[in-house]
Amino acid sequence: MTKPDTARPLLDIRGLKKNFGAVEILKGVDLSLRPKDVVSIIGSSGSGKTTLLRCVNLLEEFQGGDIILDGETIGYKTVGGKRVRLRDADLSRQRAMTGMVFQSFNLFPHLTAAGNVMLGLRKVKKLGKDEAFAIAEKWLSRVGLGARLDHYPSQLSGGQQQRVAIARALAMNPKLVLLDEVTSALDPELVQEVLTTIKGIVDDGATLLIVTHEMRFAREVSSRIVFMEQGRIAEEGTPEEIFGEGRSQRLNEFLKSSRH
Amino acid sequence: MNYTLHFGAVWASFDHLLSGLAIGLALAVAAVAVGTVIGLLSAFASVSRSRLLRGISGTYVLLIRNIPLLVLVLLVYFALPATGIRLDKYESFIGSLALYAGAYLTEVFRAGLLSVPKGIVEAGRAIGLTRMQTNISVVMPVMLRNSLPSLGNTFIGMFKDSSIAAAIAIPELTFEARKINVDTFRVVETWTVASGLYIAACFTIAALLRMLERRFPKF
Repeated sequence: MTKPDTARPLLDIRGLKKNFGAVEILKGVDLSLRPKDVVSIIGSSGSGKTTLLRCVNLLEEFQGGDIILDGETIGYKTVGGKRVRLRDADLSRQRAMTGMVFQSFNLFPHLTAAGNVMLGLRKVKKLGKDEAFAIAEKWLSRVGLGARLDHYPSQLSGGQQQRVAIARALAMNPKLVLLDEVTSALDPELVQEVLTTIKGIVDDGATLLIVTHEMRFAREVSSRIVFMEQGRIAEEGTPEEIFGEGRSQRLNEFLKSSRH
Repeated sequence: MNYTLHFGAVWASFDHLLSGLAIGLALAVAAVAVGTVIGLLSAFASVSRSRLLRGISGTYVLLIRNIPLLVLVLLVYFALPATGIRLDKYESFIGSLALYAGAYLTEVFRAGLLSVPKGIVEAGRAIGLTRMQTNISVVMPVMLRNSLPSLGNTFIGMFKDSSIAAAIAIPELTFEARKINVDTFRVVETWTVASGLYIAACFTIAALLRMLERRFPKF
C-alpha cells in the first residue's frame, strides 16, 4: 500500500519557452500546482498568461522546457536525444486530462446545451447515450441550467453560455481545469453568475489554473497568485502577499493601472 | 410574319418529356451525390497542412473548372474507352458531371470550412477529440449548414447541366425535346414547353432547399 503522494505536484511546468517566430512569448516559466491548488495568473496583456494556459492544454506547441501533468510529460517525447511532438492520438488523450474554458465560450453552435456537454463523453469517454445524458443533466443542473438542456447556444445569454462551457469542461472529470479570462467577454451584469459558479467548483476541491483580470475574485478564491511580466513570472505569493501592503513597486503600478 | 402556335404535337409526346425530366433529375442527383463526396474530400485537402494534398486539390479544381462541361463529357465518353476503361453512357455522364460538380463544390465547401470559427475547433480538441473526430462532429455540421445557400445554387446548376447529356444520346429532357422537334417541326412550342419544365423543376428544388434552410436555422 502506498499513500497518495500529496507532495508530488499535479502540474509541474519547468523552464517553459515559447516563441512565435522571432518573438519570445514565454522566456522560461517554472510553475507548480499541487492537487486542489487554485492559482490565478495576473499581468498585463501580452505578458504571456494566455499562451501559458494554451501550452498546458497543448493547443500551442512550445520550443523548450517540460510540462509534467500528474507524473506524465505531455506534448513531447525525446527520441534519440531529439525532442519530438507526440502523435495526434496521444495529444488528444493528454488534452482530455485537462479541461479548458475559453474567453469566448466556444460552444458548438449546432448542439444543444446537453449536446455540448455530451459530445466529449460520447466520443472521448465512449459512454452510452443515456449515461452521457445523465452526466450532462447533472452538470448543467450544477451550474444552474437544468431547465435549459434543450437550448441551443444562440438561445442562451453570454453568462449561460459560459456556464454551459464550464459544465462541458467539468463533465469530463479533468485532473486540472484551465480558465482563460472567462468573464472578459461578458456584459458586466453577467459576470457575477459565472464567478459564483466557479466558486462552487473551487469549494468542490478542483485544481484550477486561472487567467483573470478580476482582481477581487482572484484574491478571494486563489491559494496562490502569480504575476507575469514579459514572458516571465515576476512575482508569486499568497493573495495577502501579492495584494497586501508590502507589495512591490511594479506590482503596485500594475494593480493601479488595471483598476478602472 | 405569321406563326400559329400548335401545342397539340408537343402534348402528344408529353410523356416523353416527363420521362426525360425524370432521367435528368436522376442524373443530377447521382452526380451531385458523388460530387459531394469528391468536393468534401477535396475541400478538406485544400485546407490541409499537407502541401501535397493542397496541390492535388488545387490542380483538380484548376483543370476541371477550365474545361467546358460539354468538352469534358465528350472527352470522358470518347477518350476513356481508349485507355481500356469501359463505361456505358450513363456511367460516363454521371462520372463527368460528378467531377465537374466536385470542382465547384470544393470551392463551396472550402468557403464553408473557412467560415467555421477557430474557437469551436479548439474547444473540440480541448475536450480530447482527435483531429478527425473534431472534423466529423464539429467542423462538418457547422460547415454544411453555412454552405447550404451556395450548395442549393450548385445543385440547381447541376440539374440544368444534365441537359448536356443530350450530346451523348442520353434520352433526358433536352434530347427528347430535340426529337419531338425533328418529328413535328414545332420548334417554338417544344422549346417553350421544355423550358417550362426546367423552370418548374428548378423552382421546386429551390423551394425544397429553402425549406431545409428554415428547418436548420443559421447559427
